[in-house]
Amino acid sequence: MSRIIDKTAAELAADIREGRLTSVEVTTAFLDRIAAVDGTVKAFLHVDRDGALATAAEVDAAVAAGEELGPLAGVPVAIKDVVVTKGLPTTAASKILEGWIPPYDATIVERIKAAKLPILGKTNMDEFAMGSSTEYSAYFKTLNPWDTGRIPGGSGGGSAAAVAAKMAPLAIGTDTGGSIRQPGAVTGTFGAKPTYGGNSRYGLIAFSSSLDTPGPVSRNALDGALLHEVISGHDPRDSTSIDAPVPPVVEAARLGATGDLSGVKLGVVKEFKEGADAAEPGVIAAYEAGIEQLVELGAEIVEVSCPSFTYALPTYYLIAPSEASSNLARYDGVRYGLRAGDDGKKSLEEVMSLTREAGFGPEVKRRIILGTYALSAGYVDAFYGKAQKVRTLIKQDFERAFEQVDALISPTTPFIAFEFGARTGDPYQMYLADLYTIPTNMYGGPGVSVPVGLSEGMPVGLQVMGPVLGDDITYRVAAALESTQDVLLADTAPEIEGI
Amino acid sequence: MTKLNTFEQAVATYEPVLGLETHIELDTATKMFCGCSTAFGAEPNTQVCPVCLALPGALPVANRAAVEATIKIGLALNCTIASWTRFARKNYFYPDMPKNFQTSQYEEPLCENGYVEVVVEGEVHRVEIERVHLEEDTGKTLHVGGTTGRIHGATESLVDYNRAGIPLVEIVTKPVPGTGALAPEVARAYTAELRDIVRSLGVSDVRMEQGSLRCDVNLSLNRPGEEWGTRTETKNVNSLRSVERAVRYEVRRQSALLDAGERIFQETRHFHEATGETSPGRSKEEATDYRYFPEPDLAVMEPSREWVEELRASLPELPRKRRERLQAAWSLGDKEMQSVVNADAVDLIEATVAAGSSPAGAVKWWLGELSRRANESGEELTALAITPAQVAELQGMVDDGRLNDKLARQVIDGVLAGEGSPAEVAAARGLEVVSDTGALEAAVEEAIAANPAVADKIRGGTHAAAGVLIGAVMKATKGQADAATVRQIILDKLS
Ligand SMILES: [Zn+2]
Repeated sequence: MSRIIDKTAAELAADIREGRLTSVEVTTAFLDRIAAVDGTVKAFLHVDRDGALATAAEVDAAVAAGEELGPLAGVPVAIKDVVVTKGLPTTAASKILEGWIPPYDATIVERIKAAKLPILGKTNMDEFAMGSSTEYSAYFKTLNPWDTGRIPGGSGGGSAAAVAAKMAPLAIGTDTGGSIRQPGAVTGTFGAKPTYGGNSRYGLIAFSSSLDTPGPVSRNALDGALLHEVISGHDPRDSTSIDAPVPPVVEAARLGATGDLSGVKLGVVKEFKEGADAAEPGVIAAYEAGIEQLVELGAEIVEVSCPSFTYALPTYYLIAPSEASSNLARYDGVRYGLRAGDDGKKSLEEVMSLTREAGFGPEVKRRIILGTYALSAGYVDAFYGKAQKVRTLIKQDFERAFEQVDALISPTTPFIAFEFGARTGDPYQMYLADLYTIPTNMYGGPGVSVPVGLSEGMPVGLQVMGPVLGDDITYRVAAALESTQDVLLADTAPEIEGI
Repeated sequence: MTKLNTFEQAVATYEPVLGLETHIELDTATKMFCGCSTAFGAEPNTQVCPVCLALPGALPVANRAAVEATIKIGLALNCTIASWTRFARKNYFYPDMPKNFQTSQYEEPLCENGYVEVVVEGEVHRVEIERVHLEEDTGKTLHVGGTTGRIHGATESLVDYNRAGIPLVEIVTKPVPGTGALAPEVARAYTAELRDIVRSLGVSDVRMEQGSLRCDVNLSLNRPGEEWGTRTETKNVNSLRSVERAVRYEVRRQSALLDAGERIFQETRHFHEATGETSPGRSKEEATDYRYFPEPDLAVMEPSREWVEELRASLPELPRKRRERLQAAWSLGDKEMQSVVNADAVDLIEATVAAGSSPAGAVKWWLGELSRRANESGEELTALAITPAQVAELQGMVDDGRLNDKLARQVIDGVLAGEGSPAEVAAARGLEVVSDTGALEAAVEEAIAANPAVADKIRGGTHAAAGVLIGAVMKATKGQADAATVRQIILDKLS
């Protein structure tokens, strides 16, 4: 491959460090690609050409001056719009934050800036990260580069589509119930949800505080691991951040790329194979082919039972909306963002009410109502309280499983990218997209999705779930699986027609 | 509206049950969940950041100094300190609360099950503490337009978030029955004791006038032997005197309603400083469902036993101990000391003695003349425009014979009117004891001549009769004579 945009982040970083390419050349190539194809894909809500090129020029000056640079210096990155960026519009794809310019940076953005990655812009998503198709963006739909009649997954459809369409070599996503992994699976990209608390949430617009986790989106595991290490580590501004060494994910990805999984024991979750929870046949076929390859690489496969996983989805739809109903209370038109109906005649209460009515989309309202109900007097024990108990059982299932195996595997999502509108009419059908990814969030451990094959010409992802702070094993298995692909699956996406 | 009963009528028929919820702002250098300053009186919205403005994405981090202060308060109130405790979200919409939820504590408070003992009219009342928990303060809203100054009817609302996020400790008593007619005094004494305890710990300046100690007063009435009645909650009662008045008013109001066969509504009420009355706020029936749940943004706290014991060992002398020490040092009887405490004059007298006054002199002024002045003007004793140093100076002038009590009272007038220090007032007003014995002897001769019968009595040994002649001399000298000197001259002349 000759084009800059076809190179992996690791290759680009080496080219920049060693003077074969400048960061300005690299960044310009991706900005030009955005200009060429994002009119079709619509992955970006905001592109910051000047800011990205300014950082790139700094990197080039530093290279010229012989300065020591970080492993991804000069390689551009796209950031999901739920992450707060100083001076760059940040809306979480909601009308209620239209025009808001944050006065501060999220911790992970500070780290990206310190590591000198040019920031290309902000990517589209389901409003407040609530959805599995990016159809709930208040601004526009993002198209799947593999088939523009289909969804790119969600909530981080913009980040996944940007990477899949080679508009960015790297992107940041956030994962509350699968929002990094499921878009990764349906766009043929790599996505990692790190251990909860491994990456700071400071500056992440909160959806569900006990579940939200930021992580990398890339075309392969090594690139994801490199970005993972840039953003990871303890943050005193996030009380839920873990004060422990960052798992050695880059080392693990390099080890996995050697194609040796001997001595690694992987568990297949029995419950995911049964009844209504089973994936569609094409997904199962690709996934099982993946398992065979893992066996060929030396991995041992055993079946593991996690009986509480069956309840993960309903549990999630009590806990996440409960926390969201409270987290989203601050959008009231008083201090920032949209203010509706303030004509000097209406009361403060009416203005707050009208602002929320006008500013939130239907899925956000649905979840606020659901969460408000689940927490209300007389219901809280039966709903929120019970859900917390089930959450504990799910954690115990994982802990028991990891006494037997190093990691669990499953399809990332039960079905390939669906067509626009196919599941918006029935929220439950949409929620099913996260059936296999939600348990990991409930537990707090790491999970990655790596492309494993195709079904009906669309990508299928394999999920690797690890124990808390065992992110390295998930990268190792993913990288090993990639090593069996002659051409990286992410590189086989059809060429996008620009408009 | 029903006519109020007198307080005496009310407590003759009903037994009050008290409950007090007190909020105390801690004087930590920084706010509860961010690094912003807590200094009082800054320009609006200058002590704010993404966290306390609840900007999207911002997260709280608990202030360890505030947790430590709360544990100290709990220990001083004889509470059990939790070994596992966490914050909870209290959800409700209000513009002065940036997140539209308050980070507070719900089922797992930091401290529980303590007590405070207060003495009122020689009786010890034990007030049980249910819980002491940590939370954050709200901002301040100014509602412009409308007639009430409240959110309803306002045309514009201005919010200052400097106070938002300042650590707030809430101390909740269990219901306090059995105080009878002393309910107002017990409520006041409890609040004063709590304030003194917190002040002694050095964790808050507890300035009621600045709102750093705020009280909600719960009160219900029942007939003897019957179940407790429905309680009202009177919010934001912000001085010791107001606490007493609010209880007194609610007793009178509720008893009149009950007498008339009406029912008491469970409601929050507002206290009006000007009239001493309460008026209804929003009723509990239509109150918000707070939808409490554990705060997922903050880690659980597990104060170690070692830490708690370390804090216990570091507690300073508590007010009760201190009062015992001062009582002995000042040679006061129990009753006298109790009067000092009830008048909220311990600190004032201690400072006056420290400034050089005799304890007896300091007690006399603060409990006598100055308490009377405070009552007349409806002020707290501490709010009077005279300092302990000035009282010490005044007493010094009396000790030196430069002022007598009557003149000293006139000097107080001047000091309270802002005319300067006692010496300056005495000089400016020409208030000085006449010590020219020549002039006094002449006045005594005149008085003897005018009262021959009295003079004879004194000559006969009835020295007590000298008072009449002293009075006459004082009148003649317009009070500027020293009574003791006059008496000595009279006795010298007539024996
Ligand atoms: Zn602040």
